[in-house]
Amino acid sequence: MVENKIVIEDLSLSYTDGTESLHEISLNIPVNAISVLFGPAGGGKSSLLRCLNRLNDLADVRTVAGRILLDGVDILDPATDVIALRRRVGMVFARPVVLPLSIRGNLTYGLELAGEKRRSRLDEAAERGLKLAALWDEVKERLDDPAIALSGGQQQRLCLARVLAQQPEVILLDEPTSGLDPISTSKVEGALQELKREYTIVLVPHSVQQAARTADYAAFFLQGGLIEYGVDKELFTHPKKQRTEDYVEGRFG
Amino acid sequence: MKKTFLNRDLIQRLGFSMISLVALFTVVPIVGVMIYIILQGAPAISWEFLTAMPRDGMRAGGIWPAIVGTFYLTVGTAVFSVPLGIAAAIYLSEYASENWLTRTIRIAIISLAGIPSVVYGLFGLGLFVLFLQFGTSILAASLTLSIMTLPVIISASEEALRSVPQAFRTVSISLGGTRWQTIRRIVLPQALPGIITGVILGLERAAGETAPILFTGAAFFLPRLPGSPLDATMALPYHLFVISTQVPEMPFQIQYGTALVLIIFVLGMNLVATVIRSRARAKRQW
Repeated sequence: MVENKIVIEDLSLSYTDGTESLHEISLNIPVNAISVLFGPAGGGKSSLLRCLNRLNDLADVRTVAGRILLDGVDILDPATDVIALRRRVGMVFARPVVLPLSIRGNLTYGLELAGEKRRSRLDEAAERGLKLAALWDEVKERLDDPAIALSGGQQQRLCLARVLAQQPEVILLDEPTSGLDPISTSKVEGALQELKREYTIVLVPHSVQQAARTADYAAFFLQGGLIEYGVDKELFTHPKKQRTEDYVEGRFG
Repeated sequence: MKKTFLNRDLIQRLGFSMISLVALFTVVPIVGVMIYIILQGAPAISWEFLTAMPRDGMRAGGIWPAIVGTFYLTVGTAVFSVPLGIAAAIYLSEYASENWLTRTIRIAIISLAGIPSVVYGLFGLGLFVLFLQFGTSILAASLTLSIMTLPVIISASEEALRSVPQAFRTVSISLGGTRWQTIRRIVLPQALPGIITGVILGLERAAGETAPILFTGAAFFLPRLPGSPLDATMALPYHLFVISTQVPEMPFQIQYGTALVLIIFVLGMNLVATVIRSRARAKRQW
């Protein structure tokens, strides 16, 4: 029996410009696994991801309907403490955005906002995050350098480390390797395989190949709808729906 | 084939030369004014001129009270306009959504920038000097200058805040930051050089203005330093106006000496703003 970290029930979302981004999505996100949301651009993957830590609050959302249960509690409830939620559900973006601070400053930022002042705790968190993101050996000698001095691949792993330093429960990744070279990409993917033992991971991959490589569970999105959901690699080897098969085999996209 | 290329090259060079020449003309007035003022005013500058009280109906002695007065007025203007201006800019850039209220505020700011300075002077006289009974004072003059300076500070600060990439805000929020934490820790530090530049340019304009302080705080002749914010004060621009037009048999070195001091005061502030801006550009991390 699979334990679900997140249960999405009939989630619909539309923006103020009239576009419907998600249409009655129901989906389970199992704990300690990589769930992949894939499909062509504009399918609603990012919108869904941004609902999971309420980052969509910043966008011009007109209506949200349905429920998103995190450990059984609806996070779309207006009474939800979104600050606490975002600490539990961390997010890594497509473009690595390091804050204009030192490497250390990036890693401890979230904890400092939460009021952590003890130097030892902050250093500990920074080191843990960097090690988990496979970046520690490359930057341990220069933690006080500006983060912007890192290479693109290092910056993206720093963004991952920054989320991990907060010890979240769920990690959302929105095409985290879209701007990276193959070596950096495999480092990030390798880190994710390690991380899924302790975390629940939701990944929007930047290609079907990456989806197939990384998925423990896969969901195919098209035009705001969930077309097909499958365990392990079955979506990529034996898709049930014609549109999934067409996309996976590259007939459109 | 080669010939046409040469011709084109020649035409291009000719064009660029013309443009450079025209651009150079913009330098001529400022250099001309500076050289003229320095040549005429430099002989008047002495330790006594800078630090003594005026004597003999301002025809001799120094301009110390006018220097101090302009300094007080600039500081007074900063006290009121800087916090208010930056707060307004933060509201407009970070909190306000586009609606009729913010549109009204923006139109008000633009209109404020277009009002002639002498009108501010009259307004200050009516509101601060008479109605609020501050009298002709540093306080009333500073408040009047503040209103005039506000649009400059607000516009420059809002511009500086908006130039901070949106992605920084999103990331900060996604890491569990509140809006205010995001502004204080990320947005403001990044925008600060731009804000400081705008503040200095606004204050510099205030320091050089005559009309707004004419009815609100400037004294014709007051050979002592102001003792409180409710005292009137001499000030460099108004003093210059007085000795240039109101006092017969005025030695012209004193006029140009005063002009030189005023222009150094103002250009000095300008220089500080430029240095801050270029340093910040060199250090910018995005």
